[in-house]
Amino acid sequence: MENKLKKVDLIFCKTCQDDIEVVKKALKRNPDDIINEIIDSGLKGRGGAGFPTGLKWKFAKAQPSDIKYVVCNADEGEPGTFKDREILDQVPTKVLAGMAICAYCIGAKEGFIYLRAEYNFMLNKLNQIVEEFNSKMKEVGLNFEIQIRSGAGAYVCGEESALFESIEGKRGEPRNKPPFPTVVGLFGKPTVINNVETFVYTAMINHLGAQRFKELGTQDSRGSKVFSVSGDTPKAGIYELELGMTVEDFVKEFGDGDTKAVQVGGASGHCVPRKKFENTIIGFEGIPTGGSMMLFNSSRSMYNVLKDYLEFFTEESCGQCTPCRVGCQQLLKGIEAVKRGERPASYLEELKKLAQTMRIAAKCGLGQSVANPFISIVDNFKEEIIY
Amino acid sequence: MTDIQEILEKVTSKYGKQRSALMPALQAIVKEKNYLSDEDIVAVAKTFDLSTAEVYGTATFYTFLDTVPRGKYVIRVCKTISCHMAGKDEIIEALQKTLKIKVGETTVDKKFSLLTANCMGWCHKGPVMLINDEVYPELTPQKAIEIIQSYQQK
Ligand SMILES: Cc1cc2nc3c(=O)[nH]c(=O)nc-3n(C[C@H](O)[C@H](O)[C@H](O)COP(=O)(O)O)c2cc1C
Ligand code: SF4
Ligand code: FES
Repeated sequence: MENKLKKVDLIFCKTCQDDIEVVKKALKRNPDDIINEIIDSGLKGRGGAGFPTGLKWKFAKAQPSDIKYVVCNADEGEPGTFKDREILDQVPTKVLAGMAICAYCIGAKEGFIYLRAEYNFMLNKLNQIVEEFNSKMKEVGLNFEIQIRSGAGAYVCGEESALFESIEGKRGEPRNKPPFPTVVGLFGKPTVINNVETFVYTAMINHLGAQRFKELGTQDSRGSKVFSVSGDTPKAGIYELELGMTVEDFVKEFGDGDTKAVQVGGASGHCVPRKKFENTIIGFEGIPTGGSMMLFNSSRSMYNVLKDYLEFFTEESCGQCTPCRVGCQQLLKGIEAVKRGERPASYLEELKKLAQTMRIAAKCGLGQSVANPFISIVDNFKEEIIY
Repeated sequence: MTDIQEILEKVTSKYGKQRSALMPALQAIVKEKNYLSDEDIVAVAKTFDLSTAEVYGTATFYTFLDTVPRGKYVIRVCKTISCHMAGKDEIIEALQKTLKIKVGETTVDKKFSLLTANCMGWCHKGPVMLINDEVYPELTPQKAIEIIQSYQQK
C-alpha cells in the first residue's frame, strides 16, 4: 500500500535562502501586502494553539502605539517536543529574519527571544548570532534589535502571558484574557508572540511566496510542520512532514510494528488508540499538535503514561487558580485510588467530570488542556486504568 | 567566589535597574553561587528597590532559581515520560550509588546536587541529564557514572 506521508525539506535547508536578503526584499514591500500574503498562505501558529499568524500580525499592526514588541517563544516545554531547539541550533537566522519582518510589518523596534533554561547550552552561540544579526539590520536600515532572555525551568512560562510576566521580572503566572497580547502584551504594549517555527515559515513565505506553502497540506492545515517523534519507535527524531496525514500513515512510517497508541500534541494533547489510527487526521481539522508525537507499544501501561502526565501537570501548575491547582492533584489521587481498588471503577466518571470542569473553569491553557490526555486515555484504556 | 555587589553591578549596567532586570540578576547569582542565599535576596531587593518578599516570591516560582544551598554541579535527570520509558530510573539509581546521596540531596563536599526535572527537549535521545548548563543525552548507567567521574576530577 502506498504511504501517504510526505517528507519535506524546507525548514532545515541551509542553502535555500539568504536570510538577510529575505529581510531586505521584505523591506521593499508594503507591510499590508506582506501580512495579506501570510493570511492568504493559511499559516497557523506552530506553538500548539494554531491561531492564524497573518491575522495576529494584522491586529498588532492596527494598534495605535509607538512602542510594540515582537517576541519569539522558545520555551518549548511540552513533553515530547524538541524541534525548536533543533531549529534554533541549525537555522537560527531564519527565525531572526521572521522576527525582523514581523517588526517591520507591525512597527516594533525591540524583539525578545525567550529561551528555556534547559537550552542555555546554546546561549553564547545564539547571543553572538543575534548580535551580528542586529548590526546587519542597522546596515539594511531596519531599526530593530533582538535580545535573548532565559527562562528558569517553568513549563507554564511557555504560555504567552506568563512568558511576558517572566520577562517583566515577575512570577510566571498567566494573565486573564482578553485583553490579548496584540492589544496588551509585553510591558503592556501591543505584542506579536509566535513560536520559533512559525517565524521561520513567515520568512519562507515572504521568500518563496504563499503559493509554494499552499501547495502543501490540506484546506484547514496548510503547509508542512516539524514533528518531534519519540517513544517506542526505531526512528526517534525530528521530521518535517506535510500536514494532513492520518495517524495510520504516521504509524506505518514510525511505529515499531506493535504501536498501540500515539499521543499527539504532548502531555496536553490527545491519546489516539489503535482502532482510531485510520480515521484520525493530524492537523487542525483533526488533532492539532505543536509537533510532539509519542508512540507507545503494547508493553506499556497506559495507566503509567497517564500518571506521568498528571504528575507533570501537578508540578507545573502555577497554582494561581483553584480548578487547576486542586484539580490536577485530585485527578492524580483519583486514578491512584481506583488502581488500588479504594474507589470503584465508576469513580472514573466523576473524575472525567472534574476534568471537563477544568476545561471550562481553569484560567489558562495548562489547566484547560489536562482534560485532553485524561479523557482520551481513560475512555480508550479504561481496563488498564482499573486493573 | 564573586562578591554579590559585583554580580549585581554587572547585571544592572547591562539591563538597568528596572524590574525586568530581576530575572537576569537572579540567574547571574545562581550561575556564580549555585543558589540564592537570604543575604543575596536582601541585596537584590535593595538594588531593585523591591521588598524582599517580592524578590523571594519571584525566585521561588522558578525551579532553576534555587533558594536552598546546592552543589557546584547541579545534576538534573529528566523524569518525564519518554525518558521514563528509556530508563531514567536506572540512571538515577546509578547516580545515587556513585554519589552516595538521594535525589534532592547534595554531597558532603558540596560538589554535586542530584535533582530530577521535567522534559528537557531531548526525548528522542533519552535518558538525558543536565549538569549545570551542559546536556548529556543517550545515557546508560555506565555512561552516567563515567561522566560524574570526569566531574569529580575537575
Ligand atoms: C501551558 C502552556 C505552555 C505553552 N508552551 C509553549 C511553548 O513552549 N512554545 C510555544 O511556542 N507556545 C507555547 N504555548 C502557546 C503560547 O501560549 C502561544 O499560543 C504561542 O506561543 C503562540 O505562537 P504561535 O501562534 O506561533 O503558535 C503554551 C501554551 C500554554 C497554555
Ligand atoms: S490553569 Fe493552572 S497554570 Fe493556568 S493559571 Fe490556573 S493554576 Fe496556573
Ligand atoms: S522526556 Fe526527557 S527530555 Fe523529554
